Amino acid sequence: MSAGDGKGYLSERGWRSWAFTLDHKRIGVMYLCTTIFFFLLGGVFALLLRLELLSPQARYFSNHAYNVFFTLHGAMMIFLFIIPAIPSGLGNFLIPLHLGARDVAFPRLNLASYWVFVAGFLVIVGSLVAPMDTGWTFYTPYSAKTGAAVTTLSLGVFLIGMSSILTGLNFIVTIHKLRAPGMSFLRMPLFLWSMYATSIIQVVATPVVGVTFLLLAAERVLGVGFFDPAKGGDPVLFQHFFWFYSHPVVYVMILPAMGIVSEVIPVFSRKPIFGYKAIAYSSLAIAFLGFLVWAHHMFTSGMSPLANAIFSFMTFFVAVPTAVKVFNWIATLYRGSITFEAPMLYALTFIFLFIIGGLTGPFLGALATNVQLHDTYFVVAHFHYTMMGGTVMGFFAGLHYWFPKITGRMLNEKAARASWALIFLGFNVTFFTMFFLGVRGMPRRYAEYLPKYHSENVVATIGSVILTLGILAMVWNFVQGLRSGTPAPGNPWRALSLEWQTPSPPETENFHEIPLVTDWPYGYGTKKA
Amino acid sequence: MNSIQSFGAASGEAGKVDAVFLLIAVICGFFFLLTQGLLVYFAVRYRRRAAGRDNETPRITGNHLLEIVWILVPTIVVMAIFYYGWKVYSDMRIPRPGAAEVHVTGKQWMWEIRYPGGRTAINEIRVQRGKPVKFLLSSSDVIHGFYLPEFRVKMDAIPGRITSLWLSPDRAGTFAIHCTVYCGDGHSNMNGSLIVMEPAEYAAWERGAAEAGRADEPLPKRGERLVGASGCLNCHAVSGKEKIGPNFSGLFGSKVPLEGGTTVSADEEYLRESIVDPGAKVVKGYPNVMPTYKTSMKAEEVRAVVEYLKTLR
Ligand code: HEM
Ligand SMILES: [Cu+2]
Repeated sequence: MSAGDGKGYLSERGWRSWAFTLDHKRIGVMYLCTTIFFFLLGGVFALLLRLELLSPQARYFSNHAYNVFFTLHGAMMIFLFIIPAIPSGLGNFLIPLHLGARDVAFPRLNLASYWVFVAGFLVIVGSLVAPMDTGWTFYTPYSAKTGAAVTTLSLGVFLIGMSSILTGLNFIVTIHKLRAPGMSFLRMPLFLWSMYATSIIQVVATPVVGVTFLLLAAERVLGVGFFDPAKGGDPVLFQHFFWFYSHPVVYVMILPAMGIVSEVIPVFSRKPIFGYKAIAYSSLAIAFLGFLVWAHHMFTSGMSPLANAIFSFMTFFVAVPTAVKVFNWIATLYRGSITFEAPMLYALTFIFLFIIGGLTGPFLGALATNVQLHDTYFVVAHFHYTMMGGTVMGFFAGLHYWFPKITGRMLNEKAARASWALIFLGFNVTFFTMFFLGVRGMPRRYAEYLPKYHSENVVATIGSVILTLGILAMVWNFVQGLRSGTPAPGNPWRALSLEWQTPSPPETENFHEIPLVTDWPYGYGTKKA
Repeated sequence: MNSIQSFGAASGEAGKVDAVFLLIAVICGFFFLLTQGLLVYFAVRYRRRAAGRDNETPRITGNHLLEIVWILVPTIVVMAIFYYGWKVYSDMRIPRPGAAEVHVTGKQWMWEIRYPGGRTAINEIRVQRGKPVKFLLSSSDVIHGFYLPEFRVKMDAIPGRITSLWLSPDRAGTFAIHCTVYCGDGHSNMNGSLIVMEPAEYAAWERGAAEAGRADEPLPKRGERLVGASGCLNCHAVSGKEKIGPNFSGLFGSKVPLEGGTTVSADEEYLRESIVDPGAKVVKGYPNVMPTYKTSMKAEEVRAVVEYLKTLR
């Protein structure tokens, strides 16, 4: 591993060259493969759920099996896919390249955090001997009573949280210390700003979930009554702890995807990003405000109306920096010279679907309508629009955008567009339908439902089949590209950020010479406005 | 539950929630059209027409006035939405004076109702049209969510605590009650109904119900009615696919394997005991989750249920 040996980082072979690598790019790739695996597995569970919901009665599985499936689906998608995928996967690969650095600040810690993550999911797999049925939210007292292996699972989540803290710390230090000469904070690509904000949330919030799961384990194993009213505990306390972590973590899920979109939109419009500073600072504002709104998940848990009012008020404030980002992206398109390669299609899809996710937020933020819609399919639709329509589409944009850089090969553009079309169609058919179910009162986590909800459920299931076909086509395209794609030039999209100023795939230490940065990475456009 | 009504608002307060919903829908609909419209319009209008001209775009990096506008406008709009959401909500939290109080206890997996006079019921709440009623909610095991979609209200039922909810039904009819906080295997079967009766009808029911059933009704018939009304069928099936508990059909007279390896023959005494003290003999392979009916069923009602079960050979 000598600097500038001219060979791509992928040239070394054998499993040891991966398992013990200190190269941030390889660690990033390992994270990507692992998390994509869990995305597909979580998707299988989603399909099983939709299959069961084809009929109002539990026809194919028992209620219990359904409950296990939605728990596995949710928990995997959240803890094993969406939280780590962009930060630890694409983030690891890109942060040093974006900064003009040779690696992250602590390469060994980086490798350690990957293996802690793997240990975490192995523990979780081990806990499946007694499948959990708590939902990914683990509310007490149910989670303290159910027979499933919640204690083992807590340990797994604890380890995964630890890995996430280590990665976050590593990124913060890297961004502070390893920027190439000339790269001031205000010359950083917006992806770095979003990763910076994300890392802060991870470091500050994740310890809380660690503690929460320790308390839950103590309750189950030692019989301590933190949450048990019979012992003077408070069952709702768990929800406060849980959401104090899990609400900010919603922004760990979405901010990195916003970062990707902020990279892709300017490149494919050949325009500088509109309102750079507003986008950069709004990431920090979201990170900060995200800590003040956790109890908006708990408006029906018996909190005082005053507390509800305060949390509802704060919730609406997060909407503002988010709206600012959306307006800026759209303004970037104005008078551009736009092309629609797959990364751009997914970035535009992100904006389109995220707007729907975002505009259904006020229904849940306003108290009167929250009480009506909370814990119904309206919420299921809303969070799939933000998490899958937002984050996952941003992730797909990033995968298509950086695929040439990561693998050194180009994707088949036609296949990419065809799979995009299926995904776009399938997604909307599946999840838009759920808004109607929710408004009409169908509660979430229902294995069986009243016949009056039947037709929407059938439509949603048909949509999920289309969606699945699209995702399979996309995966197939990745595999084909990897095996037989045409070799990629260093800068296929003619972008200006630093990762494109090195060959594809980059060599082990990224750059022959550390670049000198003289401008921000969005200098498109020749005519002065 | 075949007579569940359509989804129109069933109380004046629910109508107010619908108004807030509509208000938000109009505002968000406007911004939806605006943003998606611009997105699609720009994407189409500014697509690259000729190759090679790709860098001839204006170098626009921002516009302070525009950015201030789109920080201020959303701020004002969301504050307005917050205000209406909060106003209607806080009005709704204050019960109208003179509300009758009904206790509701969530249990895995049924709603146990206790009326002021001490009468109890399972999964079925009867109230009068036009008269406000306040529900005092609690739970005997895990958290449940008490949800009445047509009334646009919901509140969690939490062990060790009493929470409350009130409504004032405007329409007679039968309305769904759902459990919205995940509570285990029977979560999606934890449904009940709110039966809103005309005042005269309600008074008659109150009188009639005081006479402990109908004297001329044959016991098995009465048992069948009780099994339906007491939440038994949430967990037990009379025919067809097994639910959470053992099937009722063919139960009487069979040999039942118990946890611990013994068996017992399902005679009348066994059936009676299983209703009032379900934990005493737990059937092999089934979770010990059934609540006792000791307080909610009178001895003769239990007898009627047993007689009914005997008919299900
Ligand atoms: C193939 C696409 C997907 C389909 C068809 C799908 C469908 C579903 C369904 C039917 C439920 C159960 C709703 C309920 O009973 O309450 C559900 C729950 C959930 N989904 Fe998805 N989903 C998909 C993708 C995703 C993705 C990509 C994520 C996040 C990254 C995600 C996160 C969740 C979460 C967190 C839950 C809640 C689980 C719980 O209630 O504990 N889903 N999904
Ligand atoms: Cu429940």
